[in-house]
Amino acid sequence: MRQTAFTILENTPIARDTYRLRLAGDTAAFKQPGQFVNLSLPGYYLRRPFSACDWQKGELLLIYKVLGQGTADLVALRPGTRLDALCGLGRGFDLNACGRQPLLVGGGVGVPPLYRLARELVARGRTVRVALGFNTAADAFLVGELQALGAQVRVATLDGSLGERGTVLAVCDADSASDFCACGPTAMLKALCAATRLPGQVSLEERMGCGFGACMGCTVMTPAGPLRVCREGPVFDREVLAW
Amino acid sequence: MVDTRVDLCGVALSNPVIAASGTFGFGQDFAPLYDLNQLGSFSFKGTTWLPREGNPSPRIAECPAGLLNAIGLQNPGVHKVISEELPRIRQVFDKPVMANVSGFSIEDYVRVSELLDAQAQVGWLEINISCPNVHGGGMAFGTDARMAGEVTRAVRAATRKPLIIKLSPNVTDITEIARACEAEGADALSLINTLLGLRLNLKTRKPLLPFGTGGLSGPAVLPIALRMVWQVYEAVRLPLVGMGGVSSARDVIEMMLAGATAVQVGSANLIDPWACPRIIHQLPGAMAQHGISCLRDIIGGAH
Repeated sequence: MRQTAFTILENTPIARDTYRLRLAGDTAAFKQPGQFVNLSLPGYYLRRPFSACDWQKGELLLIYKVLGQGTADLVALRPGTRLDALCGLGRGFDLNACGRQPLLVGGGVGVPPLYRLARELVARGRTVRVALGFNTAADAFLVGELQALGAQVRVATLDGSLGERGTVLAVCDADSASDFCACGPTAMLKALCAATRLPGQVSLEERMGCGFGACMGCTVMTPAGPLRVCREGPVFDREVLAW
Repeated sequence: MVDTRVDLCGVALSNPVIAASGTFGFGQDFAPLYDLNQLGSFSFKGTTWLPREGNPSPRIAECPAGLLNAIGLQNPGVHKVISEELPRIRQVFDKPVMANVSGFSIEDYVRVSELLDAQAQVGWLEINISCPNVHGGGMAFGTDARMAGEVTRAVRAATRKPLIIKLSPNVTDITEIARACEAEGADALSLINTLLGLRLNLKTRKPLLPFGTGGLSGPAVLPIALRMVWQVYEAVRLPLVGMGGVSSARDVIEMMLAGATAVQVGSANLIDPWACPRIIHQLPGAMAQHGISCLRDIIGGAH
Protein backbone atom coordinates (compact mmCIF):
# COMPACT_ATOMS: atom_id res chain seq x y z
CA MET A 1 0.00 0.00 0.00
CA ARG A 2 1.16 3.47 -0.84
CA GLN A 3 -0.41 6.90 -0.36
CA THR A 4 -0.28 8.94 -3.56
CA ALA A 5 -1.54 12.33 -4.64
CA PHE A 6 -3.08 11.94 -8.09
CA THR A 7 -4.08 14.69 -10.50
CA ILE A 8 -7.06 14.21 -12.79
CA LEU A 9 -6.04 14.20 -16.46
CA GLU A 10 -9.38 13.16 -17.91
CA ASN A 11 -12.87 12.47 -16.53
CA THR A 12 -15.17 11.75 -19.46
CA PRO A 13 -18.28 9.65 -20.13
CA ILE A 14 -17.83 6.44 -22.13
CA ALA A 15 -21.24 4.78 -21.56
CA ARG A 16 -24.44 5.48 -19.64
CA ASP A 17 -23.48 6.75 -16.16
CA THR A 18 -20.00 5.35 -16.81
CA TYR A 19 -16.84 7.45 -16.83
CA ARG A 20 -13.21 7.08 -17.71
CA LEU A 21 -10.99 8.67 -15.05
CA ARG A 22 -7.36 9.06 -16.03
CA LEU A 23 -5.04 10.10 -13.21
CA ALA A 24 -1.42 11.23 -13.11
CA GLY A 25 0.65 9.97 -10.19
CA ASP A 26 2.87 7.23 -8.82
CA THR A 27 1.55 3.78 -9.75
CA ALA A 28 4.48 1.74 -8.45
CA ALA A 29 2.32 0.14 -5.75
CA PHE A 30 0.20 -1.76 -8.29
CA LYS A 31 1.53 -5.29 -8.75
CA GLN A 32 -1.42 -7.39 -9.94
CA PRO A 33 -4.51 -6.97 -12.12
CA GLY A 34 -7.56 -6.78 -9.85
CA GLN A 35 -5.93 -4.63 -7.18
CA PHE A 36 -7.77 -1.46 -6.24
CA VAL A 37 -7.32 2.13 -5.21
CA ASN A 38 -9.14 3.87 -2.36
CA LEU A 39 -9.81 7.46 -3.42
CA SER A 40 -10.54 10.33 -1.08
CA LEU A 41 -13.26 12.54 -2.60
CA PRO A 42 -13.74 16.17 -1.54
CA GLY A 43 -16.49 16.45 1.08
CA TYR A 44 -16.66 12.76 2.00
CA TYR A 45 -15.22 11.14 5.12
CA LEU A 46 -14.74 7.60 3.82
CA ARG A 47 -12.65 6.84 0.77
CA ARG A 48 -14.17 5.15 -2.31
CA PRO A 49 -12.65 1.91 -3.65
CA PHE A 50 -12.19 1.46 -7.42
CA SER A 51 -10.53 -1.43 -9.27
CA ALA A 52 -7.61 -0.38 -11.42
CA CYS A 53 -8.51 -0.76 -15.09
CA ASP A 54 -4.94 -0.23 -16.28
CA TRP A 55 -1.79 1.60 -15.32
CA GLN A 56 1.59 2.57 -16.63
CA LYS A 57 4.44 4.51 -15.10
CA GLY A 58 2.96 7.74 -13.77
CA GLU A 59 -0.59 7.12 -14.97
CA LEU A 60 -3.59 5.23 -13.63
CA LEU A 61 -6.82 4.48 -15.48
CA LEU A 62 -10.10 3.89 -13.65
CA ILE A 63 -13.57 3.33 -15.06
CA TYR A 64 -16.39 4.07 -12.67
CA LYS A 65 -20.15 4.02 -12.69
CA VAL A 66 -22.31 6.54 -10.90
CA LEU A 67 -23.96 4.48 -8.17
CA GLY A 68 -24.32 6.88 -5.25
CA GLN A 69 -23.80 10.48 -4.22
CA GLY A 70 -20.02 10.10 -4.00
CA THR A 71 -19.59 8.92 -7.58
CA ALA A 72 -22.21 11.45 -8.74
CA ASP A 73 -20.04 14.22 -7.28
CA LEU A 74 -16.91 12.65 -8.79
CA VAL A 75 -18.37 13.36 -12.24
CA ALA A 76 -18.08 17.10 -11.60
CA LEU A 77 -14.35 17.02 -10.83
CA ARG A 78 -12.32 18.63 -13.60
CA PRO A 79 -8.83 17.92 -14.94
CA GLY A 80 -6.23 19.38 -12.60
CA THR A 81 -8.11 18.38 -9.45
CA ARG A 82 -5.90 16.57 -6.96
CA LEU A 83 -7.13 13.40 -5.26
CA ASP A 84 -5.46 11.60 -2.36
CA ALA A 85 -5.39 7.83 -2.79
CA LEU A 86 -4.26 4.64 -1.14
CA CYS A 87 -2.82 2.55 -3.96
CA GLY A 88 -2.06 -1.06 -4.74
CA LEU A 89 -4.63 -2.41 -2.30
CA GLY A 90 -5.73 -6.00 -2.03
CA ARG A 91 -4.76 -9.27 -3.60
CA GLY A 92 -5.47 -9.35 -7.33
CA PHE A 93 -5.68 -12.09 -9.96
CA ASP A 94 -2.90 -14.66 -9.79
CA LEU A 95 -1.60 -14.97 -13.35
CA ASN A 96 0.36 -18.08 -12.45
CA ALA A 97 -2.91 -19.80 -11.61
CA CYS A 98 -4.32 -19.05 -15.06
CA GLY A 99 -4.21 -21.83 -17.66
CA ARG A 100 -3.56 -21.82 -21.42
CA GLN A 101 -7.04 -20.67 -22.40
CA PRO A 102 -8.51 -18.57 -19.62
CA LEU A 103 -12.06 -17.25 -19.91
CA LEU A 104 -12.52 -13.76 -18.50
CA VAL A 105 -16.07 -13.00 -17.38
CA GLY A 106 -17.19 -9.48 -16.56
CA GLY A 107 -20.52 -8.01 -15.60
CA GLY A 108 -21.24 -4.27 -15.79
CA VAL A 109 -19.05 -2.22 -13.49
CA GLY A 110 -17.01 -5.39 -12.81
CA VAL A 111 -15.50 -5.28 -16.29
CA PRO A 112 -12.65 -2.71 -15.80
CA PRO A 113 -10.05 -4.87 -13.97
CA LEU A 114 -10.39 -7.52 -16.68
CA TYR A 115 -8.73 -5.13 -19.15
CA ARG A 116 -5.39 -5.15 -17.35
CA LEU A 117 -5.75 -8.87 -16.72
CA ALA A 118 -6.37 -9.55 -20.43
CA ARG A 119 -3.42 -7.37 -21.38
CA GLU A 120 -1.04 -9.29 -19.11
CA LEU A 121 -2.38 -12.67 -20.16
CA VAL A 122 -2.06 -11.83 -23.88
CA ALA A 123 1.50 -10.67 -23.20
CA ARG A 124 2.17 -14.12 -21.72
CA GLY A 125 0.96 -15.77 -24.89
CA ARG A 126 -2.34 -17.06 -23.55
CA THR A 127 -5.41 -17.45 -25.70
CA VAL A 128 -7.73 -15.06 -23.95
CA ARG A 129 -11.47 -15.13 -24.39
CA VAL A 130 -13.71 -12.57 -22.77
CA ALA A 131 -17.42 -12.73 -21.98
CA LEU A 132 -19.04 -9.44 -21.07
CA GLY A 133 -22.52 -8.79 -19.76
CA PHE A 134 -24.33 -5.44 -19.69
CA ASN A 135 -27.92 -4.32 -19.24
CA THR A 136 -28.18 -2.67 -22.65
CA ALA A 137 -25.96 -1.49 -25.51
CA ALA A 138 -25.91 1.95 -23.92
CA ASP A 139 -24.19 0.50 -20.84
CA ALA A 140 -21.44 -1.35 -22.74
CA PHE A 141 -17.82 -0.28 -22.63
CA LEU A 142 -14.29 -1.63 -23.21
CA VAL A 143 -15.53 -4.04 -25.91
CA GLY A 144 -13.38 -2.57 -28.69
CA GLU A 145 -10.41 -2.04 -26.38
CA LEU A 146 -10.42 -5.69 -25.32
CA GLN A 147 -10.68 -6.82 -28.95
CA ALA A 148 -7.75 -4.54 -29.80
CA LEU A 149 -5.64 -6.45 -27.26
CA GLY A 150 -6.21 -9.61 -29.28
CA ALA A 151 -8.83 -11.17 -27.05
CA GLN A 152 -11.90 -12.91 -28.47
CA VAL A 153 -14.79 -10.94 -27.02
CA ARG A 154 -18.45 -11.96 -26.80
CA VAL A 155 -21.11 -9.68 -25.38
CA ALA A 156 -24.54 -10.31 -23.91
CA THR A 157 -27.14 -7.71 -22.98
CA LEU A 158 -30.30 -8.28 -21.03
CA ASP A 159 -32.43 -6.63 -23.71
CA GLY A 160 -30.50 -8.02 -26.67
CA SER A 161 -29.55 -4.55 -27.93
CA LEU A 162 -25.92 -5.67 -28.25
CA GLY A 163 -24.65 -9.21 -28.81
CA GLU A 164 -26.67 -12.11 -27.44
CA ARG A 165 -29.80 -11.55 -25.43
CA GLY A 166 -29.45 -12.72 -21.83
CA THR A 167 -26.98 -12.69 -19.00
CA VAL A 168 -23.25 -13.06 -19.47
CA LEU A 169 -23.68 -16.80 -18.97
CA ALA A 170 -25.18 -16.92 -22.48
CA VAL A 171 -21.78 -16.06 -23.96
CA CYS A 172 -19.50 -18.06 -21.65
CA ASP A 173 -17.92 -20.90 -23.63
CA ALA A 174 -16.75 -22.72 -20.55
CA ASP A 175 -16.26 -26.04 -22.37
CA SER A 176 -13.15 -24.96 -24.23
CA ALA A 177 -11.69 -22.87 -21.39
CA SER A 178 -8.92 -23.99 -19.05
CA ASP A 179 -10.19 -21.81 -16.19
CA PHE A 180 -11.96 -18.54 -15.56
CA CYS A 181 -11.41 -15.15 -13.94
CA ALA A 182 -14.55 -13.18 -13.13
CA CYS A 183 -15.60 -9.82 -11.75
CA GLY A 184 -19.13 -8.55 -11.42
CA PRO A 185 -22.21 -8.62 -9.22
CA THR A 186 -22.27 -11.36 -6.57
CA ALA A 187 -25.33 -12.96 -8.18
CA MET A 188 -23.45 -13.23 -11.47
CA LEU A 189 -20.39 -14.75 -9.80
CA LYS A 190 -22.47 -17.31 -7.94
CA ALA A 191 -24.42 -18.23 -11.09
CA LEU A 192 -21.15 -18.65 -12.99
CA CYS A 193 -19.70 -20.88 -10.29
CA ALA A 194 -22.91 -22.91 -10.26
CA ALA A 195 -22.73 -23.34 -14.06
CA THR A 196 -19.16 -24.64 -14.32
CA ARG A 197 -16.71 -26.75 -12.34
CA LEU A 198 -13.69 -25.11 -14.00
CA PRO A 199 -11.00 -23.76 -11.69
CA GLY A 200 -11.61 -20.08 -11.23
CA GLN A 201 -10.81 -16.81 -9.52
CA VAL A 202 -13.56 -14.36 -8.61
CA SER A 203 -13.25 -10.73 -7.59
CA LEU A 204 -15.76 -9.73 -4.93
CA GLU A 205 -17.26 -6.37 -4.21
CA GLU A 206 -18.24 -5.26 -0.72
CA ARG A 207 -18.87 -1.97 1.00
CA MET A 208 -15.58 -1.02 2.67
CA GLY A 209 -14.52 1.14 5.55
CA CYS A 210 -10.75 1.44 5.37
CA GLY A 211 -9.75 -0.72 2.38
CA PHE A 212 -6.57 -2.07 4.01
CA GLY A 213 -7.72 -4.57 6.61
CA ALA A 214 -8.15 -2.56 9.79
CA CYS A 215 -11.89 -2.18 10.28
CA MET A 216 -13.28 -5.65 9.42
CA GLY A 217 -16.04 -3.86 7.50
CA CYS A 218 -15.89 -5.96 4.32
CA THR A 219 -15.73 -9.47 5.73
CA VAL A 220 -16.95 -12.40 3.65
CA MET A 221 -17.82 -15.65 5.40
CA THR A 222 -16.01 -18.72 4.04
CA PRO A 223 -15.50 -22.30 5.20
CA ALA A 224 -11.97 -21.17 6.15
CA GLY A 225 -13.44 -18.51 8.43
CA PRO A 226 -14.18 -14.82 7.93
CA LEU A 227 -11.93 -13.21 5.30
CA ARG A 228 -11.50 -9.54 4.42
CA VAL A 229 -12.42 -8.63 0.84
CA CYS A 230 -9.95 -5.72 0.98
CA ARG A 231 -7.00 -7.72 2.25
CA GLU A 232 -7.31 -11.47 1.56
CA GLY A 233 -9.28 -10.42 -1.58
CA PRO A 234 -10.85 -8.86 -3.52
CA VAL A 235 -9.83 -11.81 -5.74
CA PHE A 236 -10.45 -15.22 -4.22
CA ASP A 237 -10.02 -18.72 -5.55
CA ARG A 238 -13.52 -20.13 -5.93
CA GLU A 239 -12.46 -23.10 -3.81
CA VAL A 240 -11.73 -20.79 -0.88
CA LEU A 241 -15.26 -19.42 -1.08
CA ALA A 242 -16.65 -22.92 -1.73
CA TRP A 243 -18.79 -21.43 -4.52
CA MET B 1 12.16 20.49 24.10
CA VAL B 2 8.59 19.76 25.04
CA ASP B 3 7.61 16.83 27.24
CA THR B 4 4.86 14.59 25.80
CA ARG B 5 5.08 11.84 28.42
CA VAL B 6 2.07 10.84 30.48
CA ASP B 7 1.38 8.16 33.07
CA LEU B 8 -1.70 5.97 32.73
CA CYS B 9 -2.38 3.98 35.89
CA GLY B 10 1.32 3.66 36.71
CA VAL B 11 2.34 2.69 33.18
CA ALA B 12 4.48 5.30 31.44
CA LEU B 13 3.52 6.40 27.93
CA SER B 14 6.00 8.26 25.72
CA ASN B 15 3.04 10.24 24.41
CA PRO B 16 -0.71 10.15 25.11
CA VAL B 17 -1.75 8.77 21.70
CA ILE B 18 -3.29 5.28 21.78
CA ALA B 19 -4.82 3.68 18.68
CA ALA B 20 -8.41 2.79 19.54
CA SER B 21 -9.84 -0.69 19.59
CA GLY B 22 -11.70 -1.77 16.48
CA THR B 23 -9.75 0.52 14.17
CA PHE B 24 -6.35 -1.12 14.52
CA GLY B 25 -6.95 -4.88 14.49
CA PHE B 26 -4.04 -6.51 16.31
CA GLY B 27 -1.60 -4.03 14.80
CA GLN B 28 -0.47 -6.23 11.93
CA ASP B 29 -2.01 -4.13 9.15
CA PHE B 30 -0.16 -1.04 10.41
CA ALA B 31 3.21 -2.58 11.33
CA PRO B 32 4.45 -2.55 7.68
CA LEU B 33 3.51 1.15 7.43
CA TYR B 34 5.36 2.57 10.43
CA ASP B 35 7.15 1.63 13.63
CA LEU B 36 4.33 0.95 16.09
CA ASN B 37 6.66 1.84 18.96
CA GLN B 38 6.02 5.49 18.09
CA LEU B 39 2.58 5.04 19.65
CA GLY B 40 1.86 5.56 23.29
CA SER B 41 0.15 2.21 22.91
CA PHE B 42 -2.72 0.58 21.04
CA SER B 43 -5.89 -1.11 22.19
CA PHE B 44 -6.39 -4.32 20.28
CA LYS B 45 -9.59 -5.59 18.66
CA GLY B 46 -12.39 -6.30 21.12
CA THR B 47 -11.80 -9.86 22.30
CA THR B 48 -14.49 -12.28 23.41
CA TRP B 49 -14.45 -15.74 25.00
CA LEU B 50 -15.51 -17.52 21.79
CA PRO B 51 -14.52 -16.57 18.23
CA ARG B 52 -17.06 -14.31 16.51
CA GLU B 53 -17.69 -13.91 12.79
CA GLY B 54 -19.48 -10.60 13.24
CA ASN B 55 -22.56 -9.20 11.55
CA PRO B 56 -23.81 -9.61 7.96
CA SER B 57 -22.66 -7.13 5.29
CA PRO B 58 -22.78 -4.28 4.71
CA ARG B 59 -21.30 -3.30 8.04
CA ILE B 60 -20.31 0.26 7.18
CA ALA B 61 -22.35 3.31 6.21
CA GLU B 62 -21.10 6.80 5.57
CA CYS B 63 -22.33 9.94 7.33
CA PRO B 64 -21.32 13.57 7.14
CA ALA B 65 -18.01 13.83 9.03
CA GLY B 66 -17.92 10.21 10.09
CA LEU B 67 -19.25 6.71 9.67
CA LEU B 68 -21.66 4.20 11.11
CA ASN B 69 -20.35 0.72 11.78
CA ALA B 70 -21.98 -2.51 12.84
CA ILE B 71 -19.05 -4.92 12.70
CA GLY B 72 -20.33 -7.04 15.54
CA LEU B 73 -17.11 -7.80 17.43
CA GLN B 74 -15.54 -10.03 14.78
CA ASN B 75 -12.52 -11.56 16.55
CA PRO B 76 -10.76 -14.93 16.81
CA GLY B 77 -11.61 -15.46 20.48
CA VAL B 78 -9.34 -15.04 23.51
CA HIS B 79 -7.51 -18.35 23.14
CA LYS B 80 -6.31 -17.55 19.62
CA VAL B 81 -5.58 -13.97 20.63
CA ILE B 82 -3.22 -15.31 23.29
CA SER B 83 -1.69 -18.13 21.22
CA GLU B 84 -1.40 -16.31 17.87
CA GLU B 85 -1.99 -12.58 18.06
CA LEU B 86 0.03 -11.68 21.17
CA PRO B 87 3.19 -13.42 19.86
CA ARG B 88 2.82 -11.54 16.58
CA ILE B 89 2.27 -8.28 18.44
CA ARG B 90 5.49 -8.94 20.37
CA GLN B 91 7.42 -9.01 17.10
CA VAL B 92 6.36 -5.48 16.16
CA PHE B 93 5.57 -3.72 19.45
CA ASP B 94 7.84 -3.57 22.49
CA LYS B 95 5.52 -1.63 24.79
CA PRO B 96 2.59 -2.71 26.94
CA VAL B 97 -0.52 -3.20 24.82
CA MET B 98 -4.07 -2.45 25.91
CA ALA B 99 -6.33 -5.51 25.90
CA ASN B 100 -9.92 -4.72 24.94
CA VAL B 101 -12.36 -7.22 26.43
CA SER B 102 -15.97 -7.71 25.35
CA GLY B 103 -18.60 -10.09 26.60
CA PHE B 104 -22.19 -11.22 26.79
CA SER B 105 -22.30 -12.08 30.48
CA ILE B 106 -20.36 -11.17 33.58
CA GLU B 107 -18.84 -14.65 33.46
CA ASP B 108 -17.59 -13.92 29.91
CA TYR B 109 -15.89 -10.72 30.99
CA VAL B 110 -14.29 -12.46 33.97
CA ARG B 111 -12.87 -15.50 32.17
CA VAL B 112 -11.48 -13.46 29.27
CA SER B 113 -9.96 -10.99 31.74
CA GLU B 114 -8.42 -13.79 33.82
CA LEU B 115 -6.62 -15.21 30.77
CA LEU B 116 -5.39 -11.80 29.61
CA ASP B 117 -4.34 -10.87 33.15
CA ALA B 118 -1.68 -13.59 32.93
CA GLN B 119 -0.09 -12.06 29.80
CA ALA B 120 2.99 -9.97 30.53
CA GLN B 121 2.53 -7.93 27.32
CA VAL B 122 -0.83 -6.61 28.47
CA GLY B 123 -0.46 -3.28 30.24
CA TRP B 124 -4.12 -2.55 30.85
CA LEU B 125 -7.46 -4.26 30.52
CA GLU B 126 -10.02 -2.07 28.78
CA ILE B 127 -13.46 -3.54 29.49
CA ASN B 128 -15.88 -2.73 26.70
CA ILE B 129 -19.32 -2.45 28.28
CA SER B 130 -20.46 -0.21 25.46
CA CYS B 131 -20.50 -2.06 22.12
CA PRO B 132 -23.79 -1.10 20.43
CA ASN B 133 -23.51 -3.68 17.65
CA VAL B 134 -24.27 -6.99 19.36
CA HIS B 135 -27.42 -8.39 20.87
CA GLY B 136 -27.65 -9.63 24.44
CA GLY B 137 -24.59 -8.00 25.96
CA GLY B 138 -22.14 -5.27 25.16
CA MET B 139 -23.86 -1.96 25.62
CA ALA B 140 -26.50 -3.42 27.96
CA PHE B 141 -23.85 -3.48 30.69
CA GLY B 142 -22.79 0.07 30.00
CA THR B 143 -26.17 1.75 30.07
CA ASP B 144 -27.19 0.70 33.57
CA ALA B 145 -25.20 1.91 36.56
CA ARG B 146 -25.91 -1.19 38.65
CA MET B 147 -24.81 -3.59 35.89
CA ALA B 148 -21.75 -1.47 35.05
CA GLY B 149 -20.82 -1.66 38.72
CA GLU B 150 -21.32 -5.42 38.81
CA VAL B 151 -19.09 -6.02 35.76
CA THR B 152 -16.44 -3.75 37.27
CA ARG B 153 -16.52 -5.55 40.62
CA ALA B 154 -16.32 -8.99 39.02
CA VAL B 155 -13.45 -8.13 36.68
CA ARG B 156 -11.67 -6.23 39.46
CA ALA B 157 -11.50 -9.48 41.40
CA ALA B 158 -10.06 -11.24 38.35
CA THR B 159 -7.13 -8.95 37.55
CA ARG B 160 -4.30 -7.06 39.15
CA LYS B 161 -3.62 -5.15 35.97
CA PRO B 162 -4.87 -1.59 35.62
CA LEU B 163 -8.59 -1.84 34.93
CA ILE B 164 -10.14 0.61 32.47
CA ILE B 165 -13.89 0.56 31.87
CA LYS B 166 -14.96 1.81 28.42
CA LEU B 167 -18.17 3.79 28.74
CA SER B 168 -21.11 4.18 26.40
CA PRO B 169 -22.35 7.65 25.44
CA ASN B 170 -25.83 6.23 24.87
CA VAL B 171 -27.03 7.12 28.36
CA THR B 172 -28.93 9.93 30.01
CA ASP B 173 -26.23 10.66 32.59
CA ILE B 174 -22.77 9.25 31.94
CA THR B 175 -21.48 10.51 35.29
CA GLU B 176 -23.79 8.09 37.09
CA ILE B 177 -22.21 5.12 35.26
CA ALA B 178 -18.74 6.56 35.82
CA ARG B 179 -19.31 6.84 39.57
CA ALA B 180 -20.58 3.25 39.76
CA CYS B 181 -17.41 1.99 38.03
CA GLU B 182 -15.22 4.08 40.30
CA ALA B 183 -16.99 2.77 43.40
CA GLU B 184 -16.36 -0.84 42.33
CA GLY B 185 -12.64 -0.48 41.81
CA ALA B 186 -11.98 0.73 38.25
CA ASP B 187 -8.53 2.30 37.84
CA ALA B 188 -9.53 4.47 34.89
CA LEU B 189 -12.38 5.13 32.47
CA SER B 190 -12.23 5.39 28.70
CA LEU B 191 -14.87 7.28 26.78
CA ILE B 192 -16.68 7.50 24.49
CA ASN B 193 -17.63 4.41 22.51
CA THR B 194 -19.76 5.04 19.41
CA LEU B 195 -23.13 6.74 19.43
CA LEU B 196 -26.13 4.74 18.32
CA GLY B 197 -27.20 5.84 14.85
CA LEU B 198 -29.22 4.77 11.84
CA ARG B 199 -29.20 5.22 8.07
CA LEU B 200 -31.87 4.04 5.67
CA ASN B 201 -31.64 2.74 2.13
CA LEU B 202 -34.17 4.72 0.12
CA LYS B 203 -34.53 1.97 -2.48
CA THR B 204 -35.48 -0.73 0.03
CA ARG B 205 -36.85 1.71 2.62
CA LYS B 206 -35.07 -0.40 5.21
CA PRO B 207 -31.97 0.17 7.37
CA LEU B 208 -28.85 0.40 5.26
CA LEU B 209 -27.06 -1.91 7.68
CA PRO B 210 -28.72 -5.35 7.97
CA PHE B 211 -28.05 -5.19 11.70
CA GLY B 212 -30.28 -2.13 11.80
CA THR B 213 -28.52 0.47 13.89
CA GLY B 214 -24.82 1.23 13.89
CA GLY B 215 -22.26 3.08 15.98
CA LEU B 216 -21.43 6.62 14.87
CA SER B 217 -17.81 7.73 15.07
CA GLY B 218 -15.51 10.26 13.45
CA PRO B 219 -15.15 14.04 13.70
CA ALA B 220 -18.94 14.37 13.98
CA VAL B 221 -18.79 13.06 17.57
CA LEU B 222 -15.80 15.07 18.85
CA PRO B 223 -17.86 17.77 20.61
CA ILE B 224 -19.98 15.12 22.34
CA ALA B 225 -16.88 13.22 23.45
CA LEU B 226 -15.32 16.42 24.78
CA ARG B 227 -18.51 17.28 26.67
CA MET B 228 -18.67 13.83 28.27
CA VAL B 229 -14.97 13.77 29.22
CA TRP B 230 -15.51 17.21 30.71
CA GLN B 231 -18.51 15.98 32.75
CA VAL B 232 -16.89 12.75 33.93
CA TYR B 233 -13.69 14.57 34.93
CA GLU B 234 -15.80 16.60 37.36
CA ALA B 235 -17.59 13.51 38.67
CA VAL B 236 -14.77 11.07 39.47
CA ARG B 237 -11.15 11.14 40.59
CA LEU B 238 -10.02 8.49 38.09
CA PRO B 239 -7.76 9.15 35.13
CA LEU B 240 -9.67 9.28 31.84
CA VAL B 241 -8.81 8.05 28.37
CA GLY B 242 -10.62 10.38 25.98
CA MET B 243 -11.70 9.41 22.49
CA GLY B 244 -14.24 10.29 19.83
CA GLY B 245 -13.35 11.93 16.53
CA VAL B 246 -9.80 12.85 17.47
CA SER B 247 -7.94 13.54 14.22
CA SER B 248 -5.17 16.02 15.00
CA ALA B 249 -2.69 17.11 17.66
CA ARG B 250 -4.99 20.04 18.30
CA ASP B 251 -7.81 17.60 19.12
CA VAL B 252 -5.48 15.70 21.48
CA ILE B 253 -4.70 18.90 23.39
CA GLU B 254 -8.39 19.82 23.52
CA MET B 255 -9.29 16.37 24.86
CA MET B 256 -6.59 16.62 27.54
CA LEU B 257 -7.74 20.09 28.58
CA ALA B 258 -11.24 18.61 28.99
CA GLY B 259 -9.79 16.04 31.38
CA ALA B 260 -8.16 13.17 29.50
CA THR B 261 -4.84 11.73 30.67
CA ALA B 262 -4.44 9.78 27.43
CA VAL B 263 -6.23 10.03 24.11
CA GLN B 264 -7.35 7.34 21.70
CA VAL B 265 -7.46 7.81 17.95
CA GLY B 266 -10.04 5.64 16.18
CA SER B 267 -11.81 6.41 12.93
CA ALA B 268 -8.94 8.60 11.73
CA ASN B 269 -6.85 5.41 11.34
CA LEU B 270 -9.34 4.12 8.81
CA ILE B 271 -9.13 7.00 6.38
CA ASP B 272 -5.47 7.81 7.00
CA PRO B 273 -3.42 4.75 7.97
CA TRP B 274 -0.64 7.09 9.13
CA ALA B 275 -2.98 9.19 11.32
CA CYS B 276 -1.39 8.21 14.65
CA PRO B 277 2.26 8.91 13.77
CA ARG B 278 1.14 12.11 12.00
CA ILE B 279 -0.62 13.31 15.16
CA ILE B 280 2.32 12.30 17.36
CA HIS B 281 4.68 14.13 15.02
CA GLN B 282 2.43 17.22 15.15
CA LEU B 283 2.22 17.26 18.95
CA PRO B 284 5.45 19.11 19.87
CA GLY B 285 4.70 21.90 17.38
CA ALA B 286 1.10 22.22 18.55
CA MET B 287 2.28 22.29 22.17
CA ALA B 288 4.84 24.99 21.45
CA GLN B 289 2.25 27.01 19.56
CA HIS B 290 -0.01 26.99 22.61
CA GLY B 291 2.71 27.53 25.20
CA ILE B 292 2.65 24.00 26.59
CA SER B 293 6.01 22.64 27.71
CA CYS B 294 4.76 19.57 29.57
CA LEU B 295 1.63 17.80 28.38
CA ARG B 296 0.87 16.36 31.84
CA ASP B 297 0.36 19.89 33.13
CA ILE B 298 -2.70 20.53 30.97
CA ILE B 299 -4.80 17.50 31.98
CA GLY B 300 -8.17 18.91 33.04
CA GLY B 301 -6.82 22.41 32.52
CA ALA B 302 -10.17 23.67 31.24
CA HIS B 303 -11.82 23.13 34.62
